[in-house]
Amino acid sequence: MTSAENTAPVPGGFWLDTGKTGIRSWIFSTDHKRIGMMYFGCVFGFFLVGALLGVLLRLELIAPGPTIVTAKTYNALFTVHGVVMIFLFIIPGIPASFGNLVMPIQIGARDVAFPRLNLFSWWLYAIGALVVLAALFTGGGAPDTGWTFYVPFSARTGTNVSLAVLGVFILGFSSILTGINFVTTIHRLRAEGMTWTRLPLFVWSLYATAWVQILATPIIAITLLLVVAERVLGVGLFDPGRGGDPLMYQHLFWIYSHPAVYIMILPAMGVISEIIPVFSRKPIFGYKMIAVSSIGIAAAGSVVWGHHMFTSGMSDTAVLVFSFLTFLVAIPSAIKVFNWVSTLYKGSISLEAPMLFALSFILLFSIGGLSGLILGAAATDIHVHDTHFVVGHFHYVMFGGTGFAFIGAAHYWLPKFFGRRYDETPALIGWIVMFIGFNIIYFTMQLLGMRGMPRRYYDYLPEFAQLNLVATIGSWILVLGMLIVIVNLWRGLLKGKPFTGNPWGGATLEWSIPTPPPTENFEEDPVVTHGPYDFKGAGVP
Amino acid sequence: MTKDGAEHILSYGKLATVWMVLLLLTAATVMITRVEFGAGKVWAALAIASIKSGLVIAFFMHMKYEPRLFRVLLFVALFTLAAFIGLTFFDVLYR
Repeated sequence: MTSAENTAPVPGGFWLDTGKTGIRSWIFSTDHKRIGMMYFGCVFGFFLVGALLGVLLRLELIAPGPTIVTAKTYNALFTVHGVVMIFLFIIPGIPASFGNLVMPIQIGARDVAFPRLNLFSWWLYAIGALVVLAALFTGGGAPDTGWTFYVPFSARTGTNVSLAVLGVFILGFSSILTGINFVTTIHRLRAEGMTWTRLPLFVWSLYATAWVQILATPIIAITLLLVVAERVLGVGLFDPGRGGDPLMYQHLFWIYSHPAVYIMILPAMGVISEIIPVFSRKPIFGYKMIAVSSIGIAAAGSVVWGHHMFTSGMSDTAVLVFSFLTFLVAIPSAIKVFNWVSTLYKGSISLEAPMLFALSFILLFSIGGLSGLILGAAATDIHVHDTHFVVGHFHYVMFGGTGFAFIGAAHYWLPKFFGRRYDETPALIGWIVMFIGFNIIYFTMQLLGMRGMPRRYYDYLPEFAQLNLVATIGSWILVLGMLIVIVNLWRGLLKGKPFTGNPWGGATLEWSIPTPPPTENFEEDPVVTHGPYDFKGAGVP
Repeated sequence: MTKDGAEHILSYGKLATVWMVLLLLTAATVMITRVEFGAGKVWAALAIASIKSGLVIAFFMHMKYEPRLFRVLLFVALFTLAAFIGLTFFDVLYR
């Protein structure tokens, strides 16, 4: 390839549209693609911030006793790592960025149902993020409660919890509005012929996610306001000394925050359901079951929150009921995994970057999911509750699952929007390094947890020193891999080879329009005549 | 469908009837606080409140005359809320 090819201008598409100029053409744009790009930039930036905090946490734990920060700073570090990663990166991560970028095109629409509301959601996200960041540097300093803001500590600590939860409250509204927008768009703006059984599975997963966003998010919003009321007005809702109930906070918090993990993982599963058939050159196995299982996960996942509270002093009856319900979620999750693997069977598998991340998703998510069953069973949970086992489990599903899917989606879809692509070899090397580092750090954490090392502790017994050292070295390998992947992707999107047509061979609608997509996506409203994975019907070789 | 909705302008008579029923149910809520039947009191209060909000949604908010899809969507939301409250009682009632 010559350098002339590298610097050749790519066709403008939505990048050139708009009567506005400069930053105004972005922050006041109602184009779903521009809003998706802004979300991507923000969530990706916060991902890097969260990752940096995570590396610092691991560095502190490299040896027993104080190493690089004080205990107070350590408490703030794990709290802010959690808040940034959960509320600023992983919840809006895939739905707000790739959902906005791709979903309207995939259903044959020119935009979402409420474009202005969509822009307003982004503004709420930006304002919420600024408020959360402001909480770190004002008042009593960064919160030290953990991202769960548990009472009674969150009601008493002198750190700036009130402002932080206010920021999360605002972010919640951003999430609710995105949910409303997506449900309406998917119901109302599907192109002619885009029946429910022709919807791409990414859209199905966003639809299920949007319902969880609408139904569960208001509960965390009001709960966090109650924490502020507790702190500022001393109303005593959660204070037993005044007739309150601290467990009620945990119920209210987890009624949202458990379904929230499905807001995080469902869109990731949708991404995997898109990538696997395209890179296996085979229609997806069990389309309807995968679609229905998204709804199943959203529904069953909404009624299992009590498994976070097995050791809290909740009633034994509730422990029994929530433990049983938790096992039910394994069924739709397993349906997806088995169907992805069945799609691979006898497929013509092409191991390009998106596929590598999708395949590692299946393995890492399965490890995370199975370790989740250990936590879902009340008897074994008592043993490993609040240990590093939980931290390892959570990172397997959330980073190994959603994080890897997010990076896979970036490799799969971003070239479509930039008109340029990355190099395959560094992507492959970066993926291998990431995969190795990932397993070293998080598998070691699960071992540490099994041996009894508690989470969120500043110091630990000497017997845990060796494995902690291993985990910290793993974090460096993981970060090295991430840097290779990110730099390669970034350079490729800005200066790489032109990316035109349908190089992956996808059959969904986004591959039928010019690259980068024009402002209103379609010159004429499309008429859909084939399913999303009907490669023959789409005329893809 | 907006057209369908617009055709159903409710008469004052019907609206007033619904209003009266709401007032009677409010009176019932107050009255049951004076009867002693334990945890049943909570369920009775919740049941009356549900009927009242059902009437408001159906008539004042016009849901009775909207397409079935909207009613299904609303039902999903209400059912979810009921499930959240109901499951919490597995803890509160048996603690």
